[in-house]
Order: sequence, then structure tokens, then C-alpha cells
Amino acid sequence: MIIKNNSLLIKLLSFILLLIFWLILASILNIETLPSPLEVFFKLQKDLSNGSLIYHLSITLYRVLVSFLLAMFIGVVIGILMGNNKKIDNILDSWNIIFLNIPALVLIILSYVWFGLTELAAIIAVSLNKIPNVIVTIREGARAVNRDLLQVAEVYRVSKSKKFTLFYLPQLYPYLVASARGGISLIWKIVLVVELLGRSNGIGFKLHEFFQFFDITSILAYTFAFVVIMIAIENLFFVPLDKMANKWRT
Amino acid sequence: MKNISINIEKKEFFNYENKIKTHIAIKDFNLKIAKGEFCSIIGPSGCGKTTLLNLIAGLDKAYTGSISFGKNKAGRNLNKAFMFQTPRLLPWLNVQQNVEVVLNKNQNKNEISKKFLSIMGLEKFLDYYPNKLSGGMQRRVALARSFATQPQLLILDEPFTSLDEPVANLLRKMLLELWTKQPTTIIFVTHDINEAIYLSDKIVFLSKPPSKVLKEISINTKRPRKMDNNTIQKIKNKILKANNSILKGEL
Repeated sequence: MIIKNNSLLIKLLSFILLLIFWLILASILNIETLPSPLEVFFKLQKDLSNGSLIYHLSITLYRVLVSFLLAMFIGVVIGILMGNNKKIDNILDSWNIIFLNIPALVLIILSYVWFGLTELAAIIAVSLNKIPNVIVTIREGARAVNRDLLQVAEVYRVSKSKKFTLFYLPQLYPYLVASARGGISLIWKIVLVVELLGRSNGIGFKLHEFFQFFDITSILAYTFAFVVIMIAIENLFFVPLDKMANKWRT
Repeated sequence: MKNISINIEKKEFFNYENKIKTHIAIKDFNLKIAKGEFCSIIGPSGCGKTTLLNLIAGLDKAYTGSISFGKNKAGRNLNKAFMFQTPRLLPWLNVQQNVEVVLNKNQNKNEISKKFLSIMGLEKFLDYYPNKLSGGMQRRVALARSFATQPQLLILDEPFTSLDEPVANLLRKMLLELWTKQPTTIIFVTHDINEAIYLSDKIVFLSKPPSKVLKEISINTKRPRKMDNNTIQKIKNKILKANNSILKGEL
């Protein structure tokens, strides 16, 4: 317990140290392109109180959520199919490798060109960037599934749905959690690019606007708000989920 | 449950890289097991005992021949239970859930699982996860799971190997106790002739691969038998004297 508290303290001190460095550097240089942390903080407060930050943040989070769910669903289904069936694996493997290696930016541009500057195009572009990664992880998990346990389900003539949810899926949990965690952090970065290139709201759009006005204070304020939210999602959602899925291991 | 009649003409394994080379595991195998009989199967290592059990359990359907359960040819609707070499419990379910998971929804899962787990002396461990239990306790959960489904046929594949002798003896006793309370046909694979004599009504000796029945020997000694008793040694010596290489799969 003492050690744990200590490490928390060190983390906090190191964060404060970073702020102090920033403060000193900003006051020495005294230039417009590096605002001090205090200025950023006041800007953050202002944007929070007039509602604009909340509005754009919620739009962006909505896009992150929808493309995340879509990518996970499609990726898990295809990943399980490829992991279980050699033929499907052979057919889809080269497609997957191609998509895995197309730069995110290319998929975004093509999606906007083909589907127009729409919400749908944005979601498709983000999902397409994530799906191949999900497939690779889940396929690995499906290949590692212990057939011995499935035999138990067969001998006792357990129903198909029970066999899937209680005998099969739990074996994939570690892979699901890993790809979900990796997924959310990749997706929110891509969502910002998608918004910057073809949407008229969201954090990415605002960052683009601030960039054109050289409003570094606002850029930092928005970034800070967004990072805090993503860390909160990690700690309030994924960490408990991980703990729940691994309860039996302890 | 009716008499089981096993007639396997041939069971072979194909080498997928080279389709010409095959391994014939079982050939011309004929065996009848009566309803309610405790039948042990002994054979040398690698003689296809597990393969045979997979065929009987219906886990492997690729063979020529027939396995029939009375008039019920396919045995599809037969209640079977299988206790494997390893306990094969689901690590993410607790002890009670591990038994309940194989029961169907029409049964009173809570009552049945508690009943069999307490017969096995596990009533204090209902909410434990399997990784907290010793090897012997895991086998007891697996045994409870097997009987909880009220099987018409119970298959056990060397279930007590890798346990130390006192624990194995306790489990053998529990198996017989459950079997007396809830009679069923049992097919029990082992490589331990003492264990087979202690438990069974009939011992079936298998040959080296391609495996077939070498000899069937009935054990008529009254139960309860004693594992360290002279009678078991006498029966064993008698069997081995008459057929001195029978355990190697030869006559």
C-alpha cells in the first residue's frame, strides 16, 4: 500500500514538474506561440462555460463511439470466421494485409471522394482504419481457442448459444479487451484527422480553425480537455472491464 | 438405456500432408456392454483408447462401422457424460456454475448442482473458481458434473491419473458410491489393472494398434472390495499368469 501511494505521489509530482518546466519556458521565451499553462487554463475555463467546448467534444466522442462499435463488431465477426476456417482465412488474408497497409489518410480521402463530405463517409473512413487491426488480434485469439473445452459442451449437448457465450467467447476475452483498448486510442486520433479534412464540427474541425488563426492557447486547451476525457474512459471503463473479465484469475 | 453394441470395422487417421500414408487405429472391433454394467478397458499406451471413447461419445464420427445403443441406432438423444483425462472445467465459472452449465433449463439447476457437489464434499466451495482448487478437488467437481446430468452412459478416460494414491482411492470410492446411488452404464479406461479389478464388473483388454478386443474377463467378487486387499492381487495374478503379455497388448 505504501509503495502504491508512493508511486501515485511520484506520478503526480512528475506531472507538476512538467507544468513548472512549461511555465518557466513560456515566461523566458515570452512568445505568442507558447502560451503559459495559466493562459491555457483560463481559456479552457472560458470555453467550458460558453458551451462550445462541450458541444464539439460531444460530437467527436459520438463519432469515436460509433466507429469504435462498428469496427469492433465487424472485426470480431470476420476475425472469428478467419480464425476458425482455413478457407475463409486464405481468401480474406491478402485483402486484410492490403487494408492494414493503406495509410489512414488515403482511406479518409477516398471515403470523402466516394461517399461525399458526409457523416457516413467519416464513420466509414475511421472504421476501415481500425477493422484490419481488430481482425488480426481476434483471429489470433480464435486460433488459440482450446478445443477440449468445446468438446465438453458437445458431449453434454449444451445449446449452441450457451456453447458460444460460455465456452467459446470467454476464451476470446483477453483478445477482445486488447483490441478494444488499442482500438479506442487509435480511433480517436483518426477521428480528429477525419474532422479536420471534411467536417464542420468536432474537435478536429476546431483545431483546424485555431491553426488558421494561430490560436495556440485554444489548441492546447482543447487538446488538454480531450486527453483528460480519453484517460477517464480508459480508467472508468476499460480498467474495470479488464478486472471483471479476469476476476477468476486472481 | 439399453445394451451398447460396438462394431467398428475401421477407424483410420489420414496424414494430411501425404494422403497415402494412414494410421489404422482400430480394426474389427466388437464389444457388447450390458445395461448398468461397469466396464473397464485396459490397453497398452497409444492403442487408441481415447480414440475409441471419442467414437462412442459421438465426438468423432469419421469411421466405418456402427455403434448402437439398444434400438436407438445413433444414440443422438442419449444422455451421455464424459470425464476426461484432465478435469476440463471452465476457469471463468465457479464450482457450482461449472456443474450448472451442463444442465438444461428444464431442470432445477441450483438444487441438482448443490446435491451432487455436497455428495462430493464440496458444499463449502460452491463459489470457488477452479484455479483455487487442488487437482483432486477439480476431479471431484468434474465427477459431480458427470453425474448431475443423470447420464445413461458415463465414459471416463483415465480420470484419476496424476493424483497421489490416497486421493485417487477416495475418488474411486466416491465414483462407486455415486454409481450405486444412481445406476448407469460405465465405460472406464485405465492402464492400472488394480484399479480396473477394484472397480469393474468386466475388464476388456485391447491389443496393440490396430486395436481390437483381446480378451474380456468378468470380475464377480462382491462389492465393496478393498484396494489393498489380497483378493485383488489374487485375481490380478491369475489373469497375468494365464496371459502373461496381455498388458502389452499381446496374447
